[in-house]
Amino acid sequence: MLTEFGKILIFFILGAVFVAGGLITSWILRPNRPYPEKNRPYECGEEPVGNAWVRFNVRFYVIALIFLIFDVEVVVLFPWALVYRQLGLFAFVEMAVFLLILIVGFAYVWVKGDLDWDKPKPVVPQVNRPMQTIQEPVVKNEPVAT
Amino acid sequence: MIPFWIILLKIVVVLGVLMTAAALVTFLERRISAFIQNRIGPNRVGPQGLFQIMADLVKLVMKEDIVPTAANKTVHDIAPMISISIALCTFAVIPFGNTIELFGYQVKLIIADVNIGILFILAMTSMGVYGVSLAGWSSNNKYSLLGGLRSSAQLISYELAMGLSIIGVLMVAESLRLDQIVMHQTRYLVGWLPAWNLFVQPLGFVIFFVAAFAETNRLPFDLPEAEPELVGGYHTEYSGMKFGLFMFAEYANMITSSALITTLFLGGWHIPFSENWGVSPLVMSLLQVLAFCVKVSIVVFFFIMVRWTIPRFRYDQLMNLGWKVLLPLSIANVLGTGLAILLISS
Repeated sequence: MLTEFGKILIFFILGAVFVAGGLITSWILRPNRPYPEKNRPYECGEEPVGNAWVRFNVRFYVIALIFLIFDVEVVVLFPWALVYRQLGLFAFVEMAVFLLILIVGFAYVWVKGDLDWDKPKPVVPQVNRPMQTIQEPVVKNEPVAT
Repeated sequence: MIPFWIILLKIVVVLGVLMTAAALVTFLERRISAFIQNRIGPNRVGPQGLFQIMADLVKLVMKEDIVPTAANKTVHDIAPMISISIALCTFAVIPFGNTIELFGYQVKLIIADVNIGILFILAMTSMGVYGVSLAGWSSNNKYSLLGGLRSSAQLISYELAMGLSIIGVLMVAESLRLDQIVMHQTRYLVGWLPAWNLFVQPLGFVIFFVAAFAETNRLPFDLPEAEPELVGGYHTEYSGMKFGLFMFAEYANMITSSALITTLFLGGWHIPFSENWGVSPLVMSLLQVLAFCVKVSIVVFFFIMVRWTIPRFRYDQLMNLGWKVLLPLSIANVLGTGLAILLISS
């Protein structure tokens, strides 16, 4: 007996066959002429500067943490929503208390400014080696002859 | 007991229609954008340029597959396959019609009638993050990495609002099965208004709709691939058929989202007042499938219209909308729905 998820598996396998067919046809037909310049990371034609696997803004991490808390909340809400009509007022009060606790946490995060995706203040890069002294052209404020 | 070949026939037909529709929508998007921008658009290949789809496919297949030397090749290959398989799989639980009598069998017009349909769809859309973020990371390109990061943050932010807006629908329908949710919408509210969730849950509909735009990376939320700042975003380093798979996944996702919006909020395959028409059951079933397709097409058309009408958000605006507007609104929607159900039932 084929279960319902078995049907999803068949659906998935047939889709994979279509996709693999496309990829294999392309693999047979396409040209393959790589050379170092072609395989360089694209940076608008410039020489790539450094590696792309660098540290990124910590806000992405904070957002992921907040998401985790609220996603668990959504998961808790699903079974509650299904039996809500049978339980009535009791369920409503229970969930209102639960949501209230989460709303307090949400308000805390909001007030702390963790949800603000503000533009970072520009930091002038500091260079360790001494800057070359450049002779600045002296501007003379000579009175303009009228 | 339905024989295996009918199940297989159903799967092949749905898969074929879904893939054809995704290819057709790429073409329609170009024609509609041309219409909106007062251009002509592709109209040379075949009638009204319809064979442009085939020409594009041949072009994508014939293109060289360029993988940067510094990239992680395995992950670079796997990422588009994750995207496409998830885009296709989600459609398996969406009911596209009621039952139909086929070769003497009562066939339900849904591929997999699982009892946790909504949870399956939410799990699948969560998996969608992996395709994009892995593609962005593995390319070893700064634009790709930024696109992938933005996309992960955006998808998880809007997923919350999406999940919470579905809660309201579940409280009304009291089932996770998508066919039950559609059945629940075939009643009437006050005699002339069908009990579609669009009218029962208007706020939830708006939140879900906005979140669906963000989940499919469509404008005005297409920050992951914002052309003027990120070149191509996460698929900057993709070419040939692998790029084609990403494009295909985007359009398949769009169709699946439209089908989901139709199922959850627009009454699915239900045609209002069709109960008194007195047509034969077979014709009725076919009409319902047609109605489903028409509703999905209208939502897809709306997706395309919005893309060519509204400018792109800035990233902080996107995050503000997701966290400070949609999330509180969706929590309020859950509480409001609960209160309304209490008041009505007492």
